[in-house]
Amino acid sequence: MGRSEVSCRIRIQVVCLASAVAIGCAGNPAPVEPELPPPPPEGNQAVSTSPPAPPPPPVSPPSPPIIEEENPISTRSLQELNRESPLEPVFFDYDSSDLSPRGQIIIQANADILSEHSTWVITIEGHCDQRGSPEYNLGLGERRALVTEEYLIALGIDSARINTVSYGKEFPFDPEDTEEAHSRNRRAHFVITGR
Amino acid sequence: MISRFRILFLISIFASAVFLAAQQPDVPSELERRQSGVDLIIGDRIGAQPRIAVPDCLALGPEPEVAAAAETIAEVLWDDLDFEREFRMVVRDTYDSIPTARSLIDLPLDDWRELGADGVVSCSVEWISNSRMRVTARLFNVRSRASSFGVEYSGATTNVRTYAHQLSDEIHRHQRGLRGVARSKIAYISDRDSESVLGLVEDRSTKEVYFADYDGANVKRVTISRTLNNNPAWSPDGRAIAYTAWRPFMDILVSHVYQGRLESPVEGNSDTQNWLPAWSPDGSQLAFTSNRDGQPELYIANGDGSGIMRLTNHPGIDTSPTWSPQGHQLAFVSDRTGAPQVYVIGADGTGLRRITFESHCDRPTWSPAPYNEIAYSSQTGAGHDIKVVDLATNEVRQLTYGLGTNESPSYSPNGRHVAFSSTRGAGNKQIWVIGRDGRGLRRITGVGNNEMPSWSP
Repeated sequence: MGRSEVSCRIRIQVVCLASAVAIGCAGNPAPVEPELPPPPPEGNQAVSTSPPAPPPPPVSPPSPPIIEEENPISTRSLQELNRESPLEPVFFDYDSSDLSPRGQIIIQANADILSEHSTWVITIEGHCDQRGSPEYNLGLGERRALVTEEYLIALGIDSARINTVSYGKEFPFDPEDTEEAHSRNRRAHFVITGR
Repeated sequence: MISRFRILFLISIFASAVFLAAQQPDVPSELERRQSGVDLIIGDRIGAQPRIAVPDCLALGPEPEVAAAAETIAEVLWDDLDFEREFRMVVRDTYDSIPTARSLIDLPLDDWRELGADGVVSCSVEWISNSRMRVTARLFNVRSRASSFGVEYSGATTNVRTYAHQLSDEIHRHQRGLRGVARSKIAYISDRDSESVLGLVEDRSTKEVYFADYDGANVKRVTISRTLNNNPAWSPDGRAIAYTAWRPFMDILVSHVYQGRLESPVEGNSDTQNWLPAWSPDGSQLAFTSNRDGQPELYIANGDGSGIMRLTNHPGIDTSPTWSPQGHQLAFVSDRTGAPQVYVIGADGTGLRRITFESHCDRPTWSPAPYNEIAYSSQTGAGHDIKVVDLATNEVRQLTYGLGTNESPSYSPNGRHVAFSSTRGAGNKQIWVIGRDGRGLRRITGVGNNEMPSWSP
């Protein structure tokens, strides 16, 4: 849309320029003293008897060719990578930092992915549901992160690739005050921080 | 005898204030003061609170800002005097019928007496230069017609509310022997600037540290980190705020707010994280939670981070320390028996005892002397309420009753009030203040979400 508007405007200006000498530009309506026609060229006396050729009709210049943009090299920022992260979160029971059998399976799957991408560095964030004080939940989130980290290390992931942090109840997945939201918020969340 | 002692005391305060100001040029503008030597206590009805009126100050000068200051100082002083509930304040919109004072000392005392006042504050405001002003105040006894208290302040014109706050604190001390809190500050965290955390996960709002006057006015922003910050705690000298910062690991930072200086005394890193700082009453030590031994335990370190001592040793979570007024004991939260409960332990790690026996008790704050009690938040249904346990009798009393969730209590320096966060009303978290007797509730924030108050000394 924007491009066609611009090319249209350019075209009008070009037309305007081409005919400016003869008829003056419509954009400049101020009266101009008519100039005397230039003296006929010396060597063309014989031809001068025939009537002068009519000026060629104004021709629109051809539309400029569309230059294809260079394809951007496909890259995914860490933000995008984390938005569609292959690393699944691990969920916990209320006021608990014990790993469930399901949680252990998820950490195993994450360990496999981390083995495949051996340069990835991750931070395990411990999160809590919206019940309890923000202060106490920092400790609870810390334990969830540490328990998850320990299990990952036990599965053979180098501890140098893992950082942990607790966010307590500060960053819920789902801020609603329902049992379902609470269970989604009690989690160890994996963030890829380097690759 | 008393008055001679008081004058000596005032002289020493004045001298030390001058000394401090000379030492530290960045001290927030102190007001210079002079006081007349008269000593009279207003209120002659035994057992009744004296009734005080605070009409607008006299504006000595035609400038509109002088008139505005004269009104603001009276309004703020009325609120300040009302706050401690030591006086029965005569409502300001009943003053219309009373003629304006002809001067600071020539006021229609009979009219004020007729309105039911026992005392009237008479004050005047003038500009003594472009940036300096003078406030003169007297407190008149309407029966004896004597000025029982007089003071003259001069200082900057930048924040006229300061004059009312200092005047209120002096009237409370002079008339009631009470330490007022009108010049104290309340620090808290807020998402009011609606910024996003700089990081790899989107849609996370920052929380930064702010502080305001005790009544919520005069807000200052302390941190500009574009990350999460938590648990501000004023140092006992009121010049620094310790808090938990995500850098991105949890660590304790100390911001010297009047110097723009930042310290990280216990030097955390991604393996050794520290959070929830609490200053010892003498300001020489910090208690905090750390994961340095594998999971959340309590530690005490010197202010420079040296001499770190482990205080608790239990596989449960031990967190949220708060010091007793003498610094010999700390209260904290532990889930060692299941749900979180409040415990007390000696500062040397001995003498552990459990204090609360309810379903879920959290975030204790030890009161200042002379009260010997601990405020905490207790689960009372869907949310929490603020309760107080008297350590002498083990009696528990409840300050809030089920409106929203009420958390993170913090005592005023005179122990008579508790600030806390609450979702009552609109549902946003705001800072509220309530008397330790459960009366006198007021809200002091209103923009964004505000929580985790810390009341300055």
